Amino acid sequence: MDLPTFLIQLLNAVQYGLLLFLVASGLTLIFGIMGVINLAHGAFYMVGAYLAFALTGLTGNLLFAILLGIPLAFAFGALLEWLLYAHLYKRDHLEQVLLTYGLILIFEEGRSLLFGDDVHGVDVPALFAASIPLTDTLSYPVYRLVISAACIALAAGLFLLIRRTKLGMVIRAGSHDRDMVQALGIDIDRTYRIVFALGVALAAFGGMLAAPVSSVYPGMGNQVLIISFVVVVIGGIGSVTGALVASLVIGLADTFGKVLVPEYAGLAVYLVMAAVLLWRPEGIFRRG
Amino acid sequence: MQRTIANAFTTKDAKDTKERQRNLVSRASPDEVRDRGLQAFPSFVTFVSFASFVVKALALSVAAIACAQAEDKLRVGLMLPYTGTFAALGNAITNGFKLQVEANGGKLGGRAVEFFTVDDESDPAKATENVNKLVKRDRVDVLVGTVHSGVALAMAKVARETNTLMVIPNAGADEITGPLCAPNIFRSSFSNWQSAYAMGREVAARKHRTVVTLTWKYSAGQQSVEGFKEAFEKEGGKVVKELTLPFPNVEFQPFLTEIAASKPDAVFVFFAGAGAVKFVKDYAAAGLRASIPLYASGFLTDGTLEAMGDAGQGLITTLHYADGILNPQNQSFRLRYAKAYKVQPDVYAVQGFDAAQLLEVGLTAVAGDVSKRAELVKAMETAQIASPRGTFTLSRAHNPIQDIYLRKAEGKENKMVAVSIKALADPARGCKM
Repeated sequence: MDLPTFLIQLLNAVQYGLLLFLVASGLTLIFGIMGVINLAHGAFYMVGAYLAFALTGLTGNLLFAILLGIPLAFAFGALLEWLLYAHLYKRDHLEQVLLTYGLILIFEEGRSLLFGDDVHGVDVPALFAASIPLTDTLSYPVYRLVISAACIALAAGLFLLIRRTKLGMVIRAGSHDRDMVQALGIDIDRTYRIVFALGVALAAFGGMLAAPVSSVYPGMGNQVLIISFVVVVIGGIGSVTGALVASLVIGLADTFGKVLVPEYAGLAVYLVMAAVLLWRPEGIFRRG
Repeated sequence: MQRTIANAFTTKDAKDTKERQRNLVSRASPDEVRDRGLQAFPSFVTFVSFASFVVKALALSVAAIACAQAEDKLRVGLMLPYTGTFAALGNAITNGFKLQVEANGGKLGGRAVEFFTVDDESDPAKATENVNKLVKRDRVDVLVGTVHSGVALAMAKVARETNTLMVIPNAGADEITGPLCAPNIFRSSFSNWQSAYAMGREVAARKHRTVVTLTWKYSAGQQSVEGFKEAFEKEGGKVVKELTLPFPNVEFQPFLTEIAASKPDAVFVFFAGAGAVKFVKDYAAAGLRASIPLYASGFLTDGTLEAMGDAGQGLITTLHYADGILNPQNQSFRLRYAKAYKVQPDVYAVQGFDAAQLLEVGLTAVAGDVSKRAELVKAMETAQIASPRGTFTLSRAHNPIQDIYLRKAEGKENKMVAVSIKALADPARGCKM
């Protein structure tokens, strides 16, 4: 592999990793901070992608669709939390798995009823439709770079929110001792509702951003769900920093696995996961 | 079966009657008995036993009629995906099959058809259990299925063991009409090798010398690449790199970088469904469409052109069906299908339609008597199927010998450009029939 090819592959890896982070960060927030195993997280990603498809059809531009879609997804998340998830915090993991697995089935069936089982495409916004030539044969689509930029901005925003704001402080405190925070007179239920809605909005935003490059199809959430769980486990449950690092590690493992050892490309990601867990059983950035 | 039902009725009824009588005797208090009148009691008992005799006789005859009717109907088992990624394909096949059956007044070979349906979910892990539901529980005369090759292999195994007549309306796994071929197993669709082999010749004819291939690492993809390679290298070309990625992974970017770095004359791929849409879009976005021509087996652009948008336009593929085939049977089929289901038919609907046509030929030859298996199979083997894709016959391994079309994507259609190879037969390697 010559140097330009290597650099482009590195770009591919980082770009894929950042997209993973977008979905996994929401999962780690809900899973780590609220203690809920949310199998339906992939379904929220799918909801986002289908929202992008439907709203782009209505508004004619993906950017408008995203602007409209994020508040919708946030509201949807808050509603779901109030209706279902709020009853789960004190239950054991088996009941959480049952409910959230049931939600996957309901979302899939609803998707089938509303949109059918065909594959749909979403157009890249005209503003970003160009490509930048990198070598004489290969160019890089601007939209992919935009996705990366959006992911980086979002990661920075999340860090500020969790480290520097009062809400972030309450979230961090609540993840350690829910009852104590409540005893101090803070409405922890409201905080949790916001965190959950935020997680849903993040997953949906991931789906909306990815819709033009990945297309919109049945079962798209399940693929993302598994790899997101891998990211959360490697990064350390509940750690947003960990999710970012783990996403990049997985991006690298997947990309270079495919290029260097194509025979075992499917295994590369899981070998990395096994190695990390042997080294640090609680993930790279353990909480606490 | 008929006798068992009747027996069950008799014993149950007899027991009920006796119990009723006993209850009447034991529960009725002496006063009540007196009130009814001692004289009336025996005649009441006689009446009850007479009534129960009538009921029994009626039940018997009803059961006999029901059984006789069930014996008359041809039991057809449809095992297809009705949920999941391939749901649309399963529905198109079912529609095509039923269109032919309904055109015959709901009959195949003169016998009324009763359908038994199982959703195989394209899950190989559940395949054996699902096919046994049809073969053992529903005792179907004919098994029709399926889309997914892994599931079809499990079905074919059960069909071989139980000697059930089976028609495959899609799954292209080469083995089914290769090493695993059997007298009772037929295919109305294609083998993976077929359409890819035609593309190998086409690409060589366009003076491309080097090709990089890319597909998912699963049998349909790998068998297509092998078919392509066989034809392409026979004509003097060279496959310089065979890239694969795990099914159904769609992160293509690293491979596009590889392709751009190795600069082949052309690229051959096998993808279908959502993966096909993403690949074609990524290939165009990476600027490769302008520098390295892309060729594929026709599944890349079937049912996916709308989602691909501009990126899909002009793609050259090969398949055993195309839009704009001008023969009377195709025109009539498309008209009837569109009228019945309010959508345009696709290649999967054609394959389902032809599965029913193939069975119709076999069953007509034996006047619907499935017990005459040897004659039935002989009729199917020698059938000339007037398919919408063009008339085809079957190879000795029971795979269609069919024209493969060269197609070009225009708008939402894969327009027929030419017949790429006329009457192409799968080599059926390893078939000992």
